Amino acid sequence: MKLTVNGTTREFNGDPQTPLLWFIRDELKMTGTKYGCGMALCGACTIHVDGEAVRSCQYPVSAAEGKRITTIEGLDDKNEHPLQIAWAEENVPQCGYCQSGQIMQAASLLAKNKSPSDTEIEQTMSGNICRCGTYPRIRKAIKRAAEGTK
Amino acid sequence: MKHIQSTSRRAFLKRTATTAGLTLSVALLPGRHAFANTDNVHNDAPFSPSVFVALHTDGTLEVTCHRSEMGQQVRTSIAQIIAEEMDADWQRVVVKQGTGDPQYGDQNTDGSRSIRRNIDRLQLAGATAAALLRTAAAKGWNVSADSCECEQHTVVHKPSGRRIDFKALVSVAATLPMPDESDITLKDKARYKLVGKPVSSIDLPDVVSGNTVFGQDVQLDNMLVAVIVRPPVLFTEATKVDDTAAKAIKGVKKIISMPVPTAPPLFKPLGGVAVLAENTWAAMQGAKALAITWSQNTHNQYQFEDEKQALILAAKQGGEIVRKKGDAISVIDGAENVIEATYFTPLLAQAPMEPPAATAWVDSDTVQIWACTQTPQSTRSNVAAALGVEEDKVTVNVTLLGGGFGRKSKPDFSVEAALLSQQAGQPVKVIWRREDDIQHGYYHSVNAQHIRAVQDTAGKTIAWHHGTAFPSISTTFAKDITAPSAGELDLGFTDNPYSIPNMLLEKGRAVNHVRIGWLRSVCNIFHAFAIHSFADELAYYAKTDSKDYLLSLIGPARVIDLTAEDAKYGNYGDPIDKYPIDTGRLINVIEKVCDIAGWESRKREKRFLGLAAHRSFLTYVATVVEVEVKEDGSWSIPNVFTAIDAGTIVNPEHVKAQCEGGAIYGLSCALGKISAKDGAIEQSNFHNYQVARMMHAPKKMTVEIIDSSAPAAGVGEPSTPPFAPALTNALFAATGVRIRELPVPSQVKRNA
Repeated sequence: MKLTVNGTTREFNGDPQTPLLWFIRDELKMTGTKYGCGMALCGACTIHVDGEAVRSCQYPVSAAEGKRITTIEGLDDKNEHPLQIAWAEENVPQCGYCQSGQIMQAASLLAKNKSPSDTEIEQTMSGNICRCGTYPRIRKAIKRAAEGTK
Repeated sequence: MKHIQSTSRRAFLKRTATTAGLTLSVALLPGRHAFANTDNVHNDAPFSPSVFVALHTDGTLEVTCHRSEMGQQVRTSIAQIIAEEMDADWQRVVVKQGTGDPQYGDQNTDGSRSIRRNIDRLQLAGATAAALLRTAAAKGWNVSADSCECEQHTVVHKPSGRRIDFKALVSVAATLPMPDESDITLKDKARYKLVGKPVSSIDLPDVVSGNTVFGQDVQLDNMLVAVIVRPPVLFTEATKVDDTAAKAIKGVKKIISMPVPTAPPLFKPLGGVAVLAENTWAAMQGAKALAITWSQNTHNQYQFEDEKQALILAAKQGGEIVRKKGDAISVIDGAENVIEATYFTPLLAQAPMEPPAATAWVDSDTVQIWACTQTPQSTRSNVAAALGVEEDKVTVNVTLLGGGFGRKSKPDFSVEAALLSQQAGQPVKVIWRREDDIQHGYYHSVNAQHIRAVQDTAGKTIAWHHGTAFPSISTTFAKDITAPSAGELDLGFTDNPYSIPNMLLEKGRAVNHVRIGWLRSVCNIFHAFAIHSFADELAYYAKTDSKDYLLSLIGPARVIDLTAEDAKYGNYGDPIDKYPIDTGRLINVIEKVCDIAGWESRKREKRFLGLAAHRSFLTYVATVVEVEVKEDGSWSIPNVFTAIDAGTIVNPEHVKAQCEGGAIYGLSCALGKISAKDGAIEQSNFHNYQVARMMHAPKKMTVEIIDSSAPAAGVGEPSTPPFAPALTNALFAATGVRIRELPVPSQVKRNA
């Protein structure tokens, strides 16, 4: 089976039910996408499939065939996506473990909605848990990035 | 001391992802600041006047961080302290993570003590390096060292303006004798460029680009991934294992039974059956496919609801006096009106975003561990003991930690990895699934408290009788423990700051049925909840503003002497004369937080605020939570205000972040509940163990840091304890409903 990850075609011959998360982490050795719950409850594993934020821990490899898979490593060539810049400017991360997923979730929101309201941000981001409690800064960073991309 | 090169490890970790056709350096820590850049290997001997400082011949200042990074930005703070004393160029500073090694002194990253216990010696290390660099430059110029200063990674001769880069001084400085400690002068604070400044995290660029390696991320050649199915009830064991289906799963390589532990739990693996596979998914599938029959023991009788009733009874009965002043019992017995309340809080799981994970490679004569551990030295000693090897054979490499909150202060998961690697004869990474983390943890203890008080006719509280009961963390370390330790009672119980003429504090008895452990701010959480809730209840009965009443309870600004009340008090392991219990500082944070929260105008503005103030980890925090309650009782938090006096601080931006995060962690502690039925934990993942999400979190947070030159105190934990009582006090202000049991319900309906 062929899969396109961050613009590169990759081969996978394992169990087609394998979640994308483990293909990305164990096979491709790209560990920016994190494991947090395995049940699509925490959002740490969020990636994009055809531009949509999905939970890679619940997304079988077989369903991604022929689709565009984007991980945090491929979000921006120079790691200068407006959200990555805003995340740094607002000093969002603490431990950092959930932040790849947070950024990927927020990126799919901004791709569709250039100036999300507080409620829209909250609704979109409430599936992504951060145990360090960076939520107020995540809100601010999304707003800052939205300002910059308008 | 000799600087230890890590070239071999660096080379060892470099690997190629052949499937990708792309070369990927796997480093233990982010590339820019650690081992990943193999082009930048320093071969020449650096100038290394201490275990924390190595100045390389290219001028790179490599600071070794011996504390674990779990989001508090300790890697940045420690580098700030060293670089400040040397006046180093921040752009030329890299941070190396220290392995578990007693040469660094204590490495247990807990108790909010990384800065307060290390700032002096780190300053000394930096200042000593600076002194040697000045001496080296002065020698070359044939001038006096006193006429030279360190300035932006150079030494400058003040009278002539001559200047030389640090890198040109490495070889000479390395030959100089170490100066006497008493000859070292620390940098004048007025000249600080880094300490006290909001320097951004040294790891930030790597975090936002996903270029980080946490414990879960470690990958070695020929490594197997292990998932362990642990017994559902403490100290039970597998009596029958059918692994036919598990073995049939593609990628599953080995099934290994773990040793069965006996009481006390210590840091021993819990036992169970491990599935080792070529990849994580196969290991998880294999674990699911195991059919295991478990033995039973007395813990199978453990019911959470029964325990709750037993703890409430024990809190009421007390039995052992912890602190006594005046005669509270006589006052209470003789009073017409006694105000009393019972508080109850459940078990909690730390639930760091990254579940525990450790990788071990037990070779014929060396043992390598890579783990997201808060405790590298006890990881080392526990692994060595479990394998029966000498400690010096074991290297513990500390990865980034995806949160710790006390869970990763227990090295059990590294011991699991080591035992499995030894048996498998190849590298093994043990990953804990979220279910493992929630169901097999070292839990924050369940607690009941009962407080009785008497007010005089003017409303002043004249007697306070307080009982607390909870299974002790000591039960993790010794058998037959049935009462809390003095150290646990120190956490917000014994050190009650209220000035009441008659006080009696007692502890009750409690036994454990699960493993009990530390969680961010530990017993302060439930003690603060009860004490500061009850203060608000007393204000209500006295018909007095909550803030005014709290200030009257605290009384005049003074230093509390607990020894005068026959109380033993450990003061977080620090000297009481250096860190007294100073109610003046507590009053100050209350005034400050009420000021920024608009406390006085709240009623006019129809805002509902709750206040709590608590000293913990030698730091004073006052919190005001604002709530909005809808008709249906659903509530939200538009604002949280925090004032913190942590003495001297190193990085105000990260102190603020810790105050925000600590408060939200406190919110999670008010929302979550772990309970057990027939000895087994009932919750398993984030669908039934609630933690704060963005929708619950405060919309806005305001943190005020008190400018102080007092000794550095704790920062990581002190903002957690006052949060829950400030929240429930706010809910009382909004609804008239007093919440004395956590978790807080999602709807709090107004009293009719």
